[in-house]
Amino acid sequence: MQEGDYLALLTGAWTTLAIALPAIAMGAPLGLALALIRWRKIPVLGTIAAILVSLFRATPSVTLVLLVYYAVPQIGIQLAELPAAIITLTLGTMAYTCEIWRGALMAFPRDQYDAAMAMGMTRGLRFRLIVLPQIARASLPALVNEMTLLIKVTPAAAVIGLVEITRAAVRVGAETYQPLPPFLVALVIYAVIIGTLVGLQRYLEHRQTRALAI
Amino acid sequence: MTSGMEIVWQQRNVMLHGLATTIELSLVSLLLAALLGTGIFAALIHRAKPVRFAAVALVDAMRCIPFMLVAYLLYYGAPSAGLTMDNVTVGIVALSLYHASYMAELLRGAWKELPKDTVDAGIAFGFHGVGLLRIVLPPVVIAAVPMLGNQFIQIIKDSAFLIIIAVEELTFSANAIQSIYYVPFASFVCAVLCYWMLCLMVEGGVKAFSVKTALRR
Repeated sequence: MQEGDYLALLTGAWTTLAIALPAIAMGAPLGLALALIRWRKIPVLGTIAAILVSLFRATPSVTLVLLVYYAVPQIGIQLAELPAAIITLTLGTMAYTCEIWRGALMAFPRDQYDAAMAMGMTRGLRFRLIVLPQIARASLPALVNEMTLLIKVTPAAAVIGLVEITRAAVRVGAETYQPLPPFLVALVIYAVIIGTLVGLQRYLEHRQTRALAI
Repeated sequence: MTSGMEIVWQQRNVMLHGLATTIELSLVSLLLAALLGTGIFAALIHRAKPVRFAAVALVDAMRCIPFMLVAYLLYYGAPSAGLTMDNVTVGIVALSLYHASYMAELLRGAWKELPKDTVDAGIAFGFHGVGLLRIVLPPVVIAAVPMLGNQFIQIIKDSAFLIIIAVEELTFSANAIQSIYYVPFASFVCAVLCYWMLCLMVEGGVKAFSVKTALRR
């Protein structure tokens, strides 16, 4: 492998992050919205949310990315590869994080909520000051775990032509006729990304426990 | 859109062939991954440190990389190592190898939750190696079945990645119909619904198993 090959893999890493980070940034709040709809037991919307979550959890990203990329232009909206990949992974992340948020909401102590209500807090204030900080803390490990899973499905974007880490490794392997070296470099890049995420989670947890101790 | 659905219906044999391949691939891979995973699990809890170290390194590496990377490496790398396999075999080997590590980790998790008394009693009665596993494994497996079900769903979903090495599974079929008749919406929605149905069936099976084992206790 030459210098240019390493550069190709690092460019692939950039693409992987360009897909995964927006997807988690949009998917997690959308998942929270779905979880709140289910938590409040809003009649029709709650059922729709449950069906959406079940459906997107069962759908492979490869199939979904092909659906989004080929079917959306048919209704007259032009969609480039990168937005198509981001939309696909956002939908998947939404479904998975919905279950995480919902678990935290179910475990949330009811008495705190009632106390906030007794103090005369409005619904928005109750959620923002009492519920959200606590469920965010409780969900953090599961959310980071979901992010690592998300990184591992980003190669789905390769089927619509995006060159992320895996695709870049395959290209280098095909050009040099040696698939193993780029594979190992790709492994290291993935390990660094996932290791950084897990490290970030440990740091945040550490900071939280320190803040709570004081 | 209705005409799109009609075309997919006319091509239902292509779709069904893909669905059958996906089910076949996933089932065989699940079985092999479970067998291989049990082996790796045995290595993870082995007494000899080098064995344990090698197993941990393998499991950690597999848990860091996407499935598609393994599929590609086997597809392009195996021939240069003197192994010639057809696409379906590569798919099954890749799925089994990749998910075996996850299986081993699941079993280890279930094992850690287990009361140590069973193990100690087994050792006290002079069991070791395979004999000990025969005593220890059944309750571990029962505890792990819901997670194994989830892993099965992951295998089904990962099998869609095999479209890139031209395995004729469900997504491949949907894509083939799509590219000939240009009905992307109908064909991929149909595939998505098939995957959904498969996953609901697995979830239903796991639930039935849990109810049954709970009743037996």
